[in-house]
Amino acid sequence: MSDLRKSLVLHGGVLVLLFGLQFVLPAYHHGVVARVMVMASYAIGYNVLFGYTGLLSLGHAMFFAAGMYGMGLTVGVLGTAPALAFGVVAGALLAAVVGALALRTAGVAFMIVTLMFAQAGYLTILYFGTYTRGDEGFVIPQAQRVLGAVDLSDPANRYFAALALFALCLMVSLRLVHTSFGRVLIAIRENEERARMLGYNVFARKWAAVVISGTLSAAAGAFYGLLFGYAGASFAGVQYSIFPLLWVLLGGAGTVLGPLVGTLFMFYLIDLSSGVTSAYMLIAGVALVLLTLFAQQGLMGEVRARVWRWLP
Amino acid sequence: MDFGPYLFLATLEGAVGAAVLALTAVGLSLVFGVMRVVNVAHGEFFMLGAVLAWWVATTVGGHPALGFGVALLVAPVLVAGIAAAVDMTVLKRIEYDPERTIVATIGLLYILQQVTLMTYGPDARPVEPPFNARLALPWVEWAEGGLRMYWPWGLSTTSYKLAVIGAAVVVLLGVWALMARTRIGLLMRATQLDREMALAFGIPVERIYALVFGLGAGLAALGAVLVVPIQQAHYLMGADPLLLSFIVVIIGGLGSLPGTVLAAVLIGLSDGIISVFFSPTLAKILATLLVALVLVFRPRGLFGAQAV
Repeated sequence: MSDLRKSLVLHGGVLVLLFGLQFVLPAYHHGVVARVMVMASYAIGYNVLFGYTGLLSLGHAMFFAAGMYGMGLTVGVLGTAPALAFGVVAGALLAAVVGALALRTAGVAFMIVTLMFAQAGYLTILYFGTYTRGDEGFVIPQAQRVLGAVDLSDPANRYFAALALFALCLMVSLRLVHTSFGRVLIAIRENEERARMLGYNVFARKWAAVVISGTLSAAAGAFYGLLFGYAGASFAGVQYSIFPLLWVLLGGAGTVLGPLVGTLFMFYLIDLSSGVTSAYMLIAGVALVLLTLFAQQGLMGEVRARVWRWLP
Repeated sequence: MDFGPYLFLATLEGAVGAAVLALTAVGLSLVFGVMRVVNVAHGEFFMLGAVLAWWVATTVGGHPALGFGVALLVAPVLVAGIAAAVDMTVLKRIEYDPERTIVATIGLLYILQQVTLMTYGPDARPVEPPFNARLALPWVEWAEGGLRMYWPWGLSTTSYKLAVIGAAVVVLLGVWALMARTRIGLLMRATQLDREMALAFGIPVERIYALVFGLGAGLAALGAVLVVPIQQAHYLMGADPLLLSFIVVIIGGLGSLPGTVLAAVLIGLSDGIISVFFSPTLAKILATLLVALVLVFRPRGLFGAQAV
């Protein structure tokens, strides 16, 4: 079997497995996996920038929140489907502007600039508390969570919508690594100077990567608000910028399946530890330190290094 | 109260904030200058200083001045020790790679914060100030026949707040003397200028790094011990000092100590004044955007010489 076919079989198999899981999972885990799939879509968006382009952003929560609030604040006026689209477009536009500014810097400065923009975004949501209800957030009424004739507050439909979003993001990510555009991104990650010397417009490609990454993150944010019926300022906070970094590092940066594996692993790690301690961010902190110390590659990165060398 | 005395009061409050901020930010700036790493856990070292100060002051008991005095000595040293240990066990192992250090210190941030939550708890607790005399302040106004001095109602400060400003000035002068006038300061500056060359000259760079990381964290803790009688100790109190220190260090120019102090005074005062007259959230939005744009368009900072 060619490498491409192997990879298609593997990723298709994962999607089929996720589809089949909904019929056997008990109600609680059914809900958890739906949530994981939406968050894994967010992580896939993050991975495009961090894993493939090598740009570490500390402010992705602003794109996630742009999608969530872009959808949540307009759904009462526009209706469900247009509001969803509005959220995604809002995230894409924000990413285009932030990317154009932040990419003038590199390395540590890029991380701080994205962090500061995200912080400004978070504070802006708090400042306009009259509309956004600040930290408390607002509930999106069930009547507005109906897409066509499908009621997304119903668990089965919700699972299916989450799977559809995840499948779409996975396909985008998988397609990306096989296009020449994706390969140039990897070249930039490995050696930016050399990519520039070979005649590629590095800035334009990095900017495109920020926009793709921001758009996928915004889509995840918009879907999250719609599927779980809630939008709150905490989703724009620093913590939600750190989470995708953690998930991607854990699952394996620069692997297509890594974001899903990392998100699933971390969700269940926190779930299992909640019996022992309520300070779940401690687990996240310890995981971050251990990962930087001992396992830079993450889980799927290790799999690629040891077993399946063809893993995209 | 009239506008004049009100502005004066806001400036005084701002000056206390600026003094503490200067200590915290100089710690962050020192670490960045010498080690070229960004310590995201800096705010948690600040928080740890305040929490340890509460713990020490409660354990010692007796007269408030005694507990506070012991805390002022013990808490920063303890925090510096923890930071130096982190440097040797974690940062050294990842070879001070800038990006990996940020990820590791984010992890450290959550570890310190959550362990504090699990042991110290979610409550905010005060430390009694060693002395706290209320001082009424005079103001002048134009009256018939020239200037007249009077004591507006509400225009007052406490002796402790003035002492915080004084202590911060003394400590900052001490840091300057350490860097400019001592052998260890010379070694730090040599390491900052050229790590490889310093190593070739037999300077124990790894020990200097541990020392600088500890010193930076210790300065943040010292600032926290000074502020804890005014503002209570709480496990989430590290976020604001971290953000403000970042702003100060970047505006002041990364790694430039005089620039950092100047920016701390500027930002601390304006934060105090703006927060009194306008919404504090709006002040923070403007400050964070300013930092992002300074980094984008003037990466050397407003006073600094080094780019990030």
